[in-house]
Amino acid sequence: MTQTTPVLADVAPVPDEPVDTHRPARRGMAWRIVALLLGAVLFLFPFYYMIIGSLQRSPDTSVGGVLPHPGDMTLHNYAQINDAISLGRTLINSGIFTGGVLFGTVVFGVLAGYALAQLHCRGRGVLGATMVLLQVIPFQLLIIPLYVLIVRNYGLGDSYLGMIAPFAINSTAVFVFRQYFLQLPPDLFNAARIDGASELRILLNIALPLVKPALLTAMLMTFIGPWNEFLWPFLVTKQHDKQPLAVALANYISTVSGEAANPFGAILAGACVLAAPAVALFIAFQRHFVSTNLGSGVKG
Amino acid sequence: MSSSAVAAPRGGRAKRLAAVVLGRQPIGLLFGAPYAAFIAVVFAYPLGLAVWMSFHRYFFTAPGVSVPRPFVGLDNYRAVLTDPAVRQSFVNILVFLVINVPLTVALSLLLATALNAAIPFRAFFRVSYYVPYVTASVAVVGVWLFLFRTGGLADHALGPLAPKPSWLVNEHWAMPSIAFYVAWKQLGFFILLYLAALQNVPKELYESAAVDGASKWRAFRAVTIPGVRPATTLVTLLAVITGANLFTEPYLLTGGGGPNGKSASPVLLMYQRGIEQNHPDLAAAIGVILVMGVLLIVGIQQLLERRARI
Repeated sequence: MTQTTPVLADVAPVPDEPVDTHRPARRGMAWRIVALLLGAVLFLFPFYYMIIGSLQRSPDTSVGGVLPHPGDMTLHNYAQINDAISLGRTLINSGIFTGGVLFGTVVFGVLAGYALAQLHCRGRGVLGATMVLLQVIPFQLLIIPLYVLIVRNYGLGDSYLGMIAPFAINSTAVFVFRQYFLQLPPDLFNAARIDGASELRILLNIALPLVKPALLTAMLMTFIGPWNEFLWPFLVTKQHDKQPLAVALANYISTVSGEAANPFGAILAGACVLAAPAVALFIAFQRHFVSTNLGSGVKG
Repeated sequence: MSSSAVAAPRGGRAKRLAAVVLGRQPIGLLFGAPYAAFIAVVFAYPLGLAVWMSFHRYFFTAPGVSVPRPFVGLDNYRAVLTDPAVRQSFVNILVFLVINVPLTVALSLLLATALNAAIPFRAFFRVSYYVPYVTASVAVVGVWLFLFRTGGLADHALGPLAPKPSWLVNEHWAMPSIAFYVAWKQLGFFILLYLAALQNVPKELYESAAVDGASKWRAFRAVTIPGVRPATTLVTLLAVITGANLFTEPYLLTGGGGPNGKSASPVLLMYQRGIEQNHPDLAAAIGVILVMGVLLIVGIQQLLERRARI
C-alpha cells in the first residue's frame, strides 16, 4: 500500500502514554480493561444469542437457554426460513441493490470528489456546500415525494433501478474522497498537466493509487447502507421475487411468523444470514475502518 | 481537451475568456456533472415537491389519470397538527431524544477514552463495538424481540423486577426501550468519531494536568471534554438526525408504534398516512414539520455552543 504522507496512514493510532509506567496508572489500566470487557459483552451477547436461538429446536427463553445444548441443536430453522422467503433469491436481490450503489458511488463519487478537491471550475463551491448540507437532511423526509416520482410517475416499482436510484451516489463517500484528494499536493498534478496528461489519466494513474485506503473505507461505509436499508426497498418492492433479504425478513417478522412452529428460530436464522456478510466484511477489513479514515469530518 | 485544461496561460483570448467563465479546469464540470444531476433529481426536486405537496390536495391516482390538485393553504398542516396520533408521535420522538442523545454522547465518549491507550486486544474491542452498527437493524431487531418479548430472557433474568406488562407492550417502557436499542446499535460509530477527535487533544495538556496533581477524572473533565467539543457537536447532530429518521424500530420492535401509538415515530405516521391511507399531502406536511423541528434543535444547539465558548 502506498503511504506517502503520515496523514494517509490507515493504521489505528496507538498513543504512547509515558504515565502508564507508574503503579497508579497500572490500576487505571485494569479498570479500563474491565470497563471495555463489560462493554464488549453488552455488544456481543445479542449476536451470540442470535446464533444460539437460530439453532434451538424449540425456543428456550429461560436463563439456562443461554448455554448451548448440543442435543437440542438443529439446522431446521434455516430450512424453514428458506422455504418461507427463499434465501437465495433475496440474497441475490440484496447483492444487486448493494452492487449497483457501490458501482455508482465509486465511479461517479470518485469523479466528483476529485473535481471538488483538485479542479478549479465554476460551481465547485456550490456543489461542495450542497454535499455538506446533504449530510444534515433526514432522508426519510424525501420518501413521500420520491415514492410519488419513482414508483407512481416513472413506474419503477418492483425494479432494481427504482431501488438503487435514491442511493446511487453516497454523499458521505464523496465527502471522504474529497478530503483525501485535498491532502494530495497540487504540484503533483500540475507536473503531470505540463507533461500533457489528461485529467482522467491523472485521476486514474496518479491520484487514485494514492488514496486506496480511502477507497476501501468509503466502499465499506457505502456497503452497509443498501445492504441494511429497509424502508425504501420496502416501499418499492411488493413482488416477493424482487425483495432484498432485509425486506423479506421484516415482512416475515411482521406477518407470517405466527404460522411457523418455531417463529423465533426461523426469524433468528434469517437474521444470522442477513448479518453474516456485513459482519464478515467488517472483521476482514477492520484495519480500514478506523478513526483516522473517518475522522476527516471531525478534524474539518 | 487536455490543452484547455492546462492551467498555464498560453491560449488565445477565447481560451482566457473560457477560463474566466468556466474556471481554469472546465473538465471539472464534466466530472462533477453526474453527482450534481443526482443531487438535483434525488434531493433538490423531491424536497421542493414535498413542500409543494404539503400546500395542495394530493392523492395517488391510476397512472395517466390527471386530476386537479388545488391549493389548500395551511389545511394539511392544520389537519396534521390537530391529529392526536401525529401529536403523540412528536411527543414520542422528544422522549426518544431526551433519553437517547445524552446516553449516546456519555457512553461513546467514555468507551472511546477507555479505548484510547495501548491496551491488549484493542482491535477486538473496537470491532465488537461496531458490530451492531454494521448489522442490519432488521436482523438485530429479531434478536431484541426474542430477548424482550413477554416471557423472554430479559423477563426471566429480572424475575419480579421486570415491568408488567412486558417492555415492548408497556406504554411507559416501549419508547425508552427503542431509545436504548438505538443508542446501543449506533454507539460503535460514535466511538470511532470520538477516537478520531481524541487524537487531536494535545498530550502536553494531560502531562501538565498530571504535573499539577490533577486526578484522572479531573483531567478528563478539564482537558478531554473541552478538547473533543467539535466532535460532541457532530455526535449530537448525527444522533438527532438518526432519531428523526426513526422507522424500522417502531415498525418491527413494537409492532407498528404500539401500544396505543405510544412508540409511533413521525416517519411511521408519514408511512401510515401517506402510503397506506393515500394522503401523501398530509405525510408531506408531517415531513416538513419534522425537518423544521430538526433545524430548530440544531439551531438551539449551535446557539448554546456559541454561548458556551464566550
